[in-house]
Amino acid sequence: MTDRHIHERSHEIPPKASIKLGPTLDEEVFGEAFNGQVVGRFMKYIAAYKVLLWVAITAVGVFTVSSITIPLIVKNVFDDALKDGAGDRSKLATMVVVFLVAVGFNFVANYFQELIVGRIAERILIDMRRAMYEHLQRVSLSFMDKTEIGKLMSRLQGDVAALQEFLQTAVFAIGDIVLLIGIIGAMIWLDWRLGLMTLTVVPILLIIRIIWLPYARQSFLRARVTSSIVSGALAENINGIRAVQGMSREYVNYDLFDIRATDNLKAANKASKFGVMMLPIVDTLTGTAMAIVVIIGGFFVLGGTVELGVMVAFVLFVQRFFDPIRALTMHYNVLQRAMASGERIFEVIDVPVDIKNKPNAIHPEEIDGSISFENVTFGYVENQPILKDINFEVKPGETVALVGPTGSGKTSTTALVHRFYDIWEGSVKVGGHDVRDVTQESLGEHVSMVLQEPFLFSGTIFENIIYAKEGATREDVVAAAQAVGAHEFIMKLPDGYETELEQRGGNLSLGQRQLLSFARAIVADSKILVLDEATASIDSYTEMLIQQALERLMEGRTGMVIAHRLATIRGADRIIVLQDGRIVEQGNHDELMANGGLYSRLYSMNYASFDDIPDELIAQATKAARESST
Amino acid sequence: MLTRCGSKHGGLVTATSQVTPVGKAAGTSSRPVVGSSSVGVFMRITRMALQYKLRLFIGLIAIFLASGFQLAIPMLIGSAVDAATGLEEGSLKIANSAVITLIDTTTDIFGEGSNPSKTALIIIAVLLFITSVGRGLSAMFQNYMGESIGQSIGYELRMLYYEKLQRLSFSYHAGVHTGDLITRGIVDVEGVRMFVQTALLRSVFLIVLIGTGMYLMLSEDLVLGLISLSFVPFVAWRATTARLKLRSNWYSLQERLSALTKVMDENLGGIRVVRSFASQDHEMKKFDEASNETLALANVQVGIRASNISLMGVAFMLSMAGVLWVGGLQVIDGELTLGELTQFLAFMSILLQPVRQIGMMINGYARGSATGGRLFQVLDIDPSIQDKPDAKDLEITNGTLEFHNVSFGYEEDHTLNGVSFKVEPGHTVGIVGPPGSGKSTIAHLVPRFYDPKKGHITIDGQDLRDVTLDSIRKAVGVVEQDTFLFTASVEHNVAYGDPWAPDDRVESASKHAQLGDYIDRLPGGYDTMVGERGVSLSGGQRQRLSIARSIMLKPQLIVFDDSTAAIDAATEQRIRAALTELTKDRATIIISHRLSSLMHADEILFIEEGKIVERGSHEELLTQGGHYNDLYELQIRPSEKWQQ
Repeated sequence: MTDRHIHERSHEIPPKASIKLGPTLDEEVFGEAFNGQVVGRFMKYIAAYKVLLWVAITAVGVFTVSSITIPLIVKNVFDDALKDGAGDRSKLATMVVVFLVAVGFNFVANYFQELIVGRIAERILIDMRRAMYEHLQRVSLSFMDKTEIGKLMSRLQGDVAALQEFLQTAVFAIGDIVLLIGIIGAMIWLDWRLGLMTLTVVPILLIIRIIWLPYARQSFLRARVTSSIVSGALAENINGIRAVQGMSREYVNYDLFDIRATDNLKAANKASKFGVMMLPIVDTLTGTAMAIVVIIGGFFVLGGTVELGVMVAFVLFVQRFFDPIRALTMHYNVLQRAMASGERIFEVIDVPVDIKNKPNAIHPEEIDGSISFENVTFGYVENQPILKDINFEVKPGETVALVGPTGSGKTSTTALVHRFYDIWEGSVKVGGHDVRDVTQESLGEHVSMVLQEPFLFSGTIFENIIYAKEGATREDVVAAAQAVGAHEFIMKLPDGYETELEQRGGNLSLGQRQLLSFARAIVADSKILVLDEATASIDSYTEMLIQQALERLMEGRTGMVIAHRLATIRGADRIIVLQDGRIVEQGNHDELMANGGLYSRLYSMNYASFDDIPDELIAQATKAARESST
Repeated sequence: MLTRCGSKHGGLVTATSQVTPVGKAAGTSSRPVVGSSSVGVFMRITRMALQYKLRLFIGLIAIFLASGFQLAIPMLIGSAVDAATGLEEGSLKIANSAVITLIDTTTDIFGEGSNPSKTALIIIAVLLFITSVGRGLSAMFQNYMGESIGQSIGYELRMLYYEKLQRLSFSYHAGVHTGDLITRGIVDVEGVRMFVQTALLRSVFLIVLIGTGMYLMLSEDLVLGLISLSFVPFVAWRATTARLKLRSNWYSLQERLSALTKVMDENLGGIRVVRSFASQDHEMKKFDEASNETLALANVQVGIRASNISLMGVAFMLSMAGVLWVGGLQVIDGELTLGELTQFLAFMSILLQPVRQIGMMINGYARGSATGGRLFQVLDIDPSIQDKPDAKDLEITNGTLEFHNVSFGYEEDHTLNGVSFKVEPGHTVGIVGPPGSGKSTIAHLVPRFYDPKKGHITIDGQDLRDVTLDSIRKAVGVVEQDTFLFTASVEHNVAYGDPWAPDDRVESASKHAQLGDYIDRLPGGYDTMVGERGVSLSGGQRQRLSIARSIMLKPQLIVFDDSTAAIDAATEQRIRAALTELTKDRATIIISHRLSSLMHADEILFIEEGKIVERGSHEELLTQGGHYNDLYELQIRPSEKWQQ
């Protein structure tokens, strides 16, 4: 044949290789199919479309009734218009007209039930996603810190889609039940004896389905899980292709993949066996029902107790009443999934919002740019304070460098200026206002932050620099780019400011991304700038550009910088040295050097950055500084 | 198969240029491609299906049986109605001659009952039951064979695709979007599988069933047949166009959805930026825009579906009204029995479902040829780097690496230009230079991830192009800057290159890479899961893991490609100290822009724009006072510099 595999599988699984990738069977929950709480809360979203929903329910009703009417009209055609030897053309014409009217109703109702139910479901999908997303914009950062984005994304997408499916299914499931009841009712009404006899197959099918369902579900689930394992393995191999080829793992991986793919093949075949198994069962029961209609119905007709049309109508009904039963048992799965998804969605929506604007929070138009920390104690975990009784003040226009070993509390200090978290004790003031007394929007306006890892959005460079600043012009953007020295490289790009950035700005170097994030901060034009300097080593040319840009950025602003570069530290008006959540020293470079404390000791170690200094050396320096001060 | 598959597409340039546009716009390019190639794709898939002769054979037999049983049912129902109308002049009024014959044969064997009508009804009922069971069984076999052939082909394609991706060279992988490759491997394989499962066998079934059904109805009564079949062309046309419309709309919807995903993903990923600029309103606006666009398209989707389903339904029922009217008149005129009329109605309802499925089938063909085309495009690429037919394993005599006047360029311009150097066992060469100078290219040439454009690279005198890839990569260990963590335990990640390695080797490699203490502190120690679904490691920890992974293999040559950038200087120092034993008789290349990582090297190359501009030992380079010296001034002695 055209294609064959590279080599025969050795069938030997290496001891240090993982086979499982992706969810295991136990991880897929077999949950309940009905959860009152979830459904109740879900109803609130549906309630917004009450009117439409009633229209949809009416349409489903009309559709069902007209669907049942049609075989009944056929029955009347047979019995009234075409009765043996008593054919009646005008009656036939009337019947056909009635038939056409029923068809018309059926058509309109069918169209509207599909359209409206579909639209409501789409709308609710959007609403729920929006509710979740909007909530995520407000929940505390500590929640976001410990939650993986991938998990949130799967809730925003997969879980919402499962609920949408549920809504669609629910409406049609109700339709199915109504239809089933209608058919049963019509059959019994036509002839209750024949009806009951024919319907004996219904409970038989139900029982078989109930026995079959758990096994079938198990096998369907297995097929799904093994398939996602195969997909996961493929994706991983593509993402890690360098490591795979570099380490010659091709053969081993091929074998492992084969094991997974074979597993999936077996599971899929087993699942399809379970699927097709139902076909002869349903057909046997249909055959039984038809045989009953033919024999019993036929005998009744011959005996004159039942009219021929009844038998015809029965034949038409028999072919239809298995569909709703089949559909209903299938819906069970959807319900189960929807309940689990609903729980996960509401879990996100229920995450409390810790940081809220006070009801009487003010929104000062202008502030003076001062920052002050008064007896601030703060931590992320109870009883484990990161900052302990911190006191300092930054005057308007001053640039303060925060310096200290990893874990000393620098990042926490900057986060508090923007009220990313609420402190335990003391107060943080910006422009003389406690951050808890002003709106978060005003903090966003007056305090800009530049993060260590520049984060760019997809879109053009222009859109990234202007970002959310309302009223900024193209000139502002260009001026900002020029100020930080980014204009030059931007103009060299194929479309200048209109160049589309790849994911996370992948087509730019780290240094360039940094400069863009500086430009963004300049456009935002806040009084206070909080900056976490990048630690990653960049080449010396870009380094220089960044240092210059930093100076321009700080001009006329109050600056609070987590400084890693010695050049930045030396350039600051004041240096605050943090260690273990306390301020150990502050002053400018010369003062601190003269002090002979921790700073001067660390500085003289000649490391390019304080963060590079090993723990042992810091411990030594600390000890030495303490000894010399006593 | 590697040699057999390709050769239609020559070197790497054609290969990548063919695929890149797909990578850029995966959504749009996956629209159904109709053209000469789709026939080729279809033939190729069919050829794959033909491998499964037995299953195909059973499937085909089942198809004919299923069609036969299916079409017998309306006749039996019609005859039952006729039989129930009683006797006319002492004999049965059944119009269908085939059923009459069957009844006669049966009564000949079992003897006639007291009432011929009742006897006929019983016989028909039994026949109906048998036919139904037969229909169910044959449908079961038909469906199962279709699905199982589809699954087998899916499996086969999956394996071929996986294997091909592993073989394709770096230049290919660098040029395509990983997301696009993953989509092909998952969605497109699924597309081909569904094509085999639903379109291939099912289409034979539909043709046989609809064809025979139409023939039977028309030969019974031309006018009535035409009226009852009048819904067929409309429904078939409607089902097909709607399917295709839904498909193309679905692709636009997917594009909008992935745009929405991007908005959400970036918002959550950049939540600190969003918060710090207090730009929640701006972000909500972005979200609403993207979200409303998806809603508009989804509503179009709903609209198409609603009008389609209702129109198909109404077309069917209008034909039925026609049959009732015309057939009714014929019954009144005594030209048609009630049973025959019932038979037409039953035929119609049996044909409705298959006619609707024509749309599904056409869609299956469109999807199958598009997805198959995308898959075969990848399967047909020849890896630009592969073993020569007569390649031998690399023979290591002492492990000397040499670059002989090597030039290299990914495209036109050269990223490396006439580079020559030599690393002997026990020696270390350091390579430094600004970004984009070509440092990493050197790291990629050593394990033959790429071939040089000019010049050649040798290990112990053997040209890399003459020996097997496998043996080169066993001899060369490259510690990459970006470490990919596999979703597996720490232990499995460290042992990635040799999953048979004993525990002590894994542990000692981890300790040497200064990762041992960290691993010991993890909740599950070496069994702790890392990667996408496990504990996340910091940049420095990942790089240390990468080092452990490489040194565990004890390769003859080690290349550190900026692999300590995220590791602090002190830890790096400790790693170097721990590695002295290992590197003492091995050739080592250290690429870095942090001078402290490489200033101890025996020779340092300063690279700029693909050329070696300075070379020598640390001391020599400092006295030269060139670029290296400048860099040293900037990085290592900032304090003195500032005091000047």
